[in-house]
Amino acid sequence: MLGWELPPHNSGGLGTACYQMCKALSKQGVDIEFIVPYTASHDDITFMKVTPALPVTARAIKKSGMAYDNFKYTYVDGTVKEVGMMAHTDNYVKAVESIAELGEFDIIHAHDWLTFRAALRAKEISGKPLIVHVHATEFDRAGGKSGNPMVHEIEYMGLLLADRILAVSQLTKDIIVREYDIPASKIEVVHNSVDIDAYEELDPNNAYNYLARMKQDGYRVVANIGRLTVQKGLYNLLLAAKEVVARAPKTLFLIVGSGEQYRELLQLSADLGIAQNVLFTSFQRGKRLRDAFAIADLFVMPSVSEPFGITPLEAIIYGTPTLVSKQSGVSEVINNCLKADFWDVNEMANQITAVVQNDSLRDELLLQSYAEYVKLSWDAAASKMIGAYEQHTGLVGAR
Amino acid sequence: MKQAICFYFHVHQPYRIRHYTIFDAGSDHSYFNDQTQFADTNNEFILSRVAEKCYLPANRVLKELLDTYPDFKASMSITGTLIDQLEQYAPHVLASFQELVATGRVEIVAETYHHSLAFFYSRAEFEAQVAMHRQKVQDVFGVTPSVFRNTELSYNNDLAYWADKAGYKGIITEGWDPVLGWRSPNFVYRPTYTNSIRLLMKNYRLSDDIAFRFSDKNWSEWPLTADKYTHWLGAAGDNAQVFNLFMDYETFGEHQWADTGIFDFLKSFPEYWKNSRKDRTFMTLSEAIDYFDAVDTVDVPNTITWADNERDLTAWLGNAMQQQAIQAIYDIQDAVIQSGDWQLIEDWRRLQTSDHFYFMCTKWFNDGDVHAYFSPYRSPYEAFTNFMNAWHDVKFRLAEKGFVV
Repeated sequence: MLGWELPPHNSGGLGTACYQMCKALSKQGVDIEFIVPYTASHDDITFMKVTPALPVTARAIKKSGMAYDNFKYTYVDGTVKEVGMMAHTDNYVKAVESIAELGEFDIIHAHDWLTFRAALRAKEISGKPLIVHVHATEFDRAGGKSGNPMVHEIEYMGLLLADRILAVSQLTKDIIVREYDIPASKIEVVHNSVDIDAYEELDPNNAYNYLARMKQDGYRVVANIGRLTVQKGLYNLLLAAKEVVARAPKTLFLIVGSGEQYRELLQLSADLGIAQNVLFTSFQRGKRLRDAFAIADLFVMPSVSEPFGITPLEAIIYGTPTLVSKQSGVSEVINNCLKADFWDVNEMANQITAVVQNDSLRDELLLQSYAEYVKLSWDAAASKMIGAYEQHTGLVGAR
Repeated sequence: MKQAICFYFHVHQPYRIRHYTIFDAGSDHSYFNDQTQFADTNNEFILSRVAEKCYLPANRVLKELLDTYPDFKASMSITGTLIDQLEQYAPHVLASFQELVATGRVEIVAETYHHSLAFFYSRAEFEAQVAMHRQKVQDVFGVTPSVFRNTELSYNNDLAYWADKAGYKGIITEGWDPVLGWRSPNFVYRPTYTNSIRLLMKNYRLSDDIAFRFSDKNWSEWPLTADKYTHWLGAAGDNAQVFNLFMDYETFGEHQWADTGIFDFLKSFPEYWKNSRKDRTFMTLSEAIDYFDAVDTVDVPNTITWADNERDLTAWLGNAMQQQAIQAIYDIQDAVIQSGDWQLIEDWRRLQTSDHFYFMCTKWFNDGDVHAYFSPYRSPYEAFTNFMNAWHDVKFRLAEKGFVV
């Protein structure tokens, strides 16, 4: 399996999804070697083999900078160099080539465009079938625009040459058909899920003391957790926040995450006159991340285009109901959440106001969505993926 | 001794709330006027659709039956919220109901004007709505009801006691097994703690064969014919005096579409029923009460309804949102009445219609089975949000008049 990241060395939902998916696949008897483009310890992963893809000249590759940006290479001769994204994927291709030459596998399963060139080379060298798994397209990342043409081209080649495509939602399948001209019959929808065991218990002392105190005084907290980037739709959330605060002044917005839009969003909250009600915390993980989900009365994911979106499910785990944009895959698996178009600022404000003004709406939403959430499992997704493996390898019952 | 069919049809449409946002509250005071073409909350559109599919053709069939069979009879309750909408949008449909009542063989049953659950929250408001309905029925149909039904056939001993004191000769509810025990719903009963009032209880098996199962092709008895149905009724032999077939009038043409043969069934049933035995006939609810003696008393300490498997009020008041919403309505009652603003009072009453709370029900939505019940909204949460925003606007209007609640 060709992937880009695994927890705890992940910067977003892709790593979490890959980890939990592989765990479920392994439980059903699939033998996985997972190739990541960096060197780091994954000692806690026992259900599969995690292999770093290193070019022969390099000794270590560390992630650096924000999100999916830069990598720090340490070469055999001791020199250290920062490498950009495109050069890094070139190196990933070369490293995967040498693994593919050994040919000790039945099928290639590749996650998202970053791995697609390597996956295509592996298919070419080994002659083994290729399944590409689409968690996000450049169309999504660019906020519903065509985005970087080079990335679009790599995605297109991967989608075109793959034997089968797995999409994390119907929404994503539709985008692949519409924006990449791929026939729908080649694409299967495999919804992401959540693994309840992977989540830690909440600590009774929430890290956000200030918010906890304000809630005692009748304040209500609306949270978003995600990268501060155009895809995530935070600009509209802040516009809605202004309308909410005008009607329910005791509403606080907690924005957890970092990204290139940070300064712009901070400036916007000041321009809108709601800076006192909007709190930016930058990127968090661990207890502070869990507590951010937990302290909120409503979790909002206003994404412009979200292929799946695991954070609303995580919010439900930690006891917070959700409002999601209709342009998200997760809205296909949870009925009991609020939904609004990402562009419909007034409707978003309308629904947020209803929740912060009525605890009964919040509580009923949570009660019902939690009941839906406990029925979710990766097992069904794993069975679908194994079905695809069997279809393309002829190894029926190989599990 | 005769054996009678008591047809009772419930005819109702609520004033559905449009997509009413927090931006509307305090600026646009009209909640029920969605003009969007083909929208499920466009009351005029829904009414005209139901009239075409159900009210007009069903009234035609009933008129035909009344003209053909001198002893064909039926009972109906028509809510005030529907009569208002018929007057406003479809007077010719109202005329077709008036024509039925004018035969003297279609009885009109009393209820709350606004199809509300006021009995359980405010006795004063409940009585006001019952009086309004009585007046409206007298004005529109020229008759005075003598049998009472409460919203969703909700019923308990207190209600029977109230109806007895209020002078009704009869009251109706669900023939629910835990209440009846070994007894049959096919007789007239007397509620405990009362003297003169009588109780008629719905035979839900036979009623639901028509109302729910008629078009179900997976039902082992499909297709249901008038011949077969008459045989089922006959199976009771002499161990039955009155078959209480109670259902929504919208069964005919709206819940069961015309192409299922529901109108043909209704049209041909009386012929089979009357020919099956000489003493078989039809009665209105009050005729059955006058003709048959009560065979026993029935004790209903806890509220029952005709809804769901549970036969209780949980479809309307089962979750916290529903409870908060209805509580919010009755919390502002005094200020609303004191305002003396009739438009405001009427809007507040239209918000009491039980359908609004039903649309907030979450007990089926969970399974993704969103079609298990009908709602014009995409989710119970949307229904709640629209409702509470309208409630905020009612409070705004009160505040403008100096009533801060």
